[in-house]
Amino acid sequence: MIPAGFDYHRPADLSAAIGVLQEHGDEARVIAGGHSLVPMMKLRMAVLSHLVDLRDIPDLRGIEIGSDSVSMGAMVTQHELISHEGLAQAVPLLREAALQIADPQVRYLGTLGGNVANGDPGNDMPGLMQCLDATYRVTGPEGTRDIRARDFYESAYFTARADDEILTRITVPLPATGTGYAYEKQKRKIGDYATAAAAVLVGEGFASIAMTNLADVPVWSAEAGAALAAGDREGAVKAALAAIDPQEDMRGPVEFKTHVAGVVLRRAIDRALARVAGGNS
Amino acid sequence: MKDEVQTPEERSAGLKGMGCSRKRVEDVRFTQGKGNYVDDIKLPGMLFGDFVRSPYAHAKVVSINTEEALKVPGVLAVLTAADLEPLGLHWMPTLAGDKQMVLADGKVLFQGQEVAYVVATDRYAAADGVEAVEVEYEDLPVLTDPFEALQSDVVLREDLAGQTEGAHGPRKHHNHIFTWEQGDKEATEAVLSEADVVAEEMVYYHRTHPCPLETCGCVASMDKVTGKLTLHGTFQAPHAIRTVVSLISGIAEHNIRVISPDIGGGFGNKVGAYSGYVCSVVASIVTGKPVKWVEDRMDNLMSTAFARDYWMQGKIAATKEGKITGLWCHTTADHGGFDACADPTKFPAGFMNICTGSYDIPTAYLSVDGVYTNKAPGGVAYRCSFRVTEAAYFIERMIEVLAIKLNMDAAELRRINFIRKDQFPYQSALGWEYDSGDYHTAWDKALAAVGYDDLRKEQAQRLEDFKAGKTRKLMGIGLTHFTEIVGAGPVKNCDILGLGMFDSCEIRIHPTGSAIARLGTISQGQGHATTFAQIIASEIGLPADDITLEEGDTDTAPYGLGTYGSRSTPVAGAATAMAARKIRAKAQMIAAYLLEVHDGDVEWDVDRFVVKGDESRFKTMKEIAFASYNQAIPGLEPGLEAVSYYDPPNMTYPFGAYICVMEIDVDTGEHEVRKFYALDDCGTRINPMIIEGQVHGGATEGYAIAMGQEIAYDDMGNHKSATLMDFFLPTSWETPTYQTDHTVTPSPHHPIGAKGVGESPNVGSVPCFSNAVHDAFRPFGLTQSHMPHDHWRVWKIARDLGLHR
Repeated sequence: MIPAGFDYHRPADLSAAIGVLQEHGDEARVIAGGHSLVPMMKLRMAVLSHLVDLRDIPDLRGIEIGSDSVSMGAMVTQHELISHEGLAQAVPLLREAALQIADPQVRYLGTLGGNVANGDPGNDMPGLMQCLDATYRVTGPEGTRDIRARDFYESAYFTARADDEILTRITVPLPATGTGYAYEKQKRKIGDYATAAAAVLVGEGFASIAMTNLADVPVWSAEAGAALAAGDREGAVKAALAAIDPQEDMRGPVEFKTHVAGVVLRRAIDRALARVAGGNS
Repeated sequence: MKDEVQTPEERSAGLKGMGCSRKRVEDVRFTQGKGNYVDDIKLPGMLFGDFVRSPYAHAKVVSINTEEALKVPGVLAVLTAADLEPLGLHWMPTLAGDKQMVLADGKVLFQGQEVAYVVATDRYAAADGVEAVEVEYEDLPVLTDPFEALQSDVVLREDLAGQTEGAHGPRKHHNHIFTWEQGDKEATEAVLSEADVVAEEMVYYHRTHPCPLETCGCVASMDKVTGKLTLHGTFQAPHAIRTVVSLISGIAEHNIRVISPDIGGGFGNKVGAYSGYVCSVVASIVTGKPVKWVEDRMDNLMSTAFARDYWMQGKIAATKEGKITGLWCHTTADHGGFDACADPTKFPAGFMNICTGSYDIPTAYLSVDGVYTNKAPGGVAYRCSFRVTEAAYFIERMIEVLAIKLNMDAAELRRINFIRKDQFPYQSALGWEYDSGDYHTAWDKALAAVGYDDLRKEQAQRLEDFKAGKTRKLMGIGLTHFTEIVGAGPVKNCDILGLGMFDSCEIRIHPTGSAIARLGTISQGQGHATTFAQIIASEIGLPADDITLEEGDTDTAPYGLGTYGSRSTPVAGAATAMAARKIRAKAQMIAAYLLEVHDGDVEWDVDRFVVKGDESRFKTMKEIAFASYNQAIPGLEPGLEAVSYYDPPNMTYPFGAYICVMEIDVDTGEHEVRKFYALDDCGTRINPMIIEGQVHGGATEGYAIAMGQEIAYDDMGNHKSATLMDFFLPTSWETPTYQTDHTVTPSPHHPIGAKGVGESPNVGSVPCFSNAVHDAFRPFGLTQSHMPHDHWRVWKIARDLGLHR
């Protein structure tokens, strides 16, 4: 549980950070809250010569609520997501989900950008961002580009981000007023990854459904959303369950996870529906 | 003047003696981060050791190449079995009469086994060195199932080839360790064959781990000038460790000083002797410098001190009215690659023969087969006296299974089978003499406290609602009445490696009436410095706040067998009272002399001796203490000091009645503990607040064990639960709220009537939580489902019973 030696970089701006990545290639990685990377380094499953700490880069901070979207810096912590009143009004699903991530100590350090960029299928935010149809902004030597969360995840720990690109901001379109929402998560204990989790948005003729830790990438199902938008709850569940591919682990066998995924999704749908148009249970 | 106006009650309260919820004196430093643990110890020039561990559960070690490791900056040495062999230290004796590899000697028997020991100038360099050691393995067939191991041609322990006699009698197979039998086999079989009703079940108590907050570690420091070895370590039995180190290293015992500093929880994990200690001592001797070794969490969960792993096949016989007539148990005990169980020598399955529990069972038979498998060695008493948790779980499950068979209420079945108060001291069919108990009183109090009858009515209504589709939650009511056996133990039958399991206390009164006491035990969080001072305060009338307590330094403390098995209060607590009474006897002589009366003409009154019939003439203990440092009585030696080595005449038998109410979601397997009521009877209560804390802690561990905690292996012997992600430690969020209660039935043979409590809540709560899960599904036909009752296993119960839509 002791990492191999590495050089620690703490650049003050984005271009300097990208410069370190360019110079050292896959010998270098950026670090945000460190909750995924540091354990991997301690287990020596990730052996890096250069660690680039992003905490001094001002561009990666701040939550801005616009007229049709919110923009969040990659280094915004889970704690900041939870405690930002404007954000809680604009996108209440974010606070509901962030409160189900680990414990306060983890949330003080854990960041939104780290959670979405690492490509860990256990993380909660990737599925949530797919549900919300978020866009990630990445910057690299070639410049800046935007990638939809729904196009970002390729397989476990592999994403559309290139090794020398840094994910800088996350933009989420504002859900229409009166949109019902819910994030439902079953876990063994505080601090555990989800056994199964579901994010649901539902409004007038519209719905979006994504699930977490039930495949090697987050699972957003267009069919499930369409079914729910048409008022077909069981059709939505059936479509979502067809899209998942859970693996057996200490949380339980595939059959159990598949069943629980259905239960969790139904509960999320029911809670979201109850919140449609002003309901706030 | 002030003293004269105080009533005896006021004087007594000022002492903060027995019965006072005195705040823990240790917590001043612990809550400020000022504790001094092994990893806080930094000695000049100190080096660090770290292990290369086997990735395989069973493999030949073909070669070990240390060349690259020795090139790593800061790495000074890499020890292998070949280096230890000339010293005779490549193997070491275990507490169970077996032997264990210190470093892999040609093969490995479990994943995580110690293969080489890297010594470096800091722990980072040591870890780099570990990465650079190249070991070539040739994998061998893996045995993780003890039943399969007893049939298999695969030989795990070639070193024992041809040995048909083990440390505990004949071996039946090359992977068999021992058979231990208690009770009357023939008579029990006769009872079973003639009984109205026989319930039979396999009860598995899964493998788990004590997982203390602080892992195991040590700092070995050999002073080559004085020839003296100082060994700081996380030892629950520092004196026994000193003797063991002397015996296996050849260093004279007076040249070894073992120090247990503050210890961050033990729970049995820190009783045994581990490779890390031996290698650190050798490394310090070789380098002439202090060497520190501290486990990380994965090391701890993978290699030191598992607990449980008992397969208990049971049969229980009863009349059709429910009176139990006989109990039969055969246990298959998975001991891992080496038999390193920490049990008294004559008890290779610990006190498993307490498995008749709280019940008057006239005839019983127990046999236990120990088996080698490709798992880590250990078999420690995880917050229980030796194998008592297994025994309590077994009988409390068998009672439930019998209740199902008889279609009886399990509370009533217990009540009609309890040993009655007038039967104590009670001789059990499996050989114990229970000292005291009043089970019916405790049981009735517990049932009344939770409103048992109303709970059953609510449960019946819930069942109706469930069947009517109004709810997806079931309600379970878990019952347990446990009897512990602690305070090992009488030297006539309890020893470890030939060392009798007495314990000790030495008290020295200072001239101004304060004192220091030293004991052979060692606190790992139990609060000894608080409670033992309270015993002394009550016995000799000096305030507990004026008494320093020291443990854990073998150069200063009297010899004792340490702290585990809830033995500190029953044994060392008794020694404390006995030493205090020796002091009081001398103080009485001094008081009488100073008051110019005969010894028999003064009597004890809280904190003083008073002339009988004349309360105005007295000498306080403070006055007597000062006088004892002058020529108090001509011809009498000065000072006020005593030591007691206490050999208990019997074990003590704490007991308790626990009741749990649990909600279970049949669709997700999730649960919610709605109520947990714990009534404990630990005899005389020294510090009620510490008792309550012990109950909270032990019940939380029991909750973890019953509801999720396990050491799991796959078929290849890969350890699947070596981090706290998968090894369940409840946080405050998951931990239930506890309602504690008590009755007081003092031990008749203990000087102050105390029985010990630290482990009762673990012993009692595991079956209580488990029984609640079983009880929820009883109406649907469930009789037995093995722990841990984590989400997917509970879900599987519901699925197998057809409860999913």
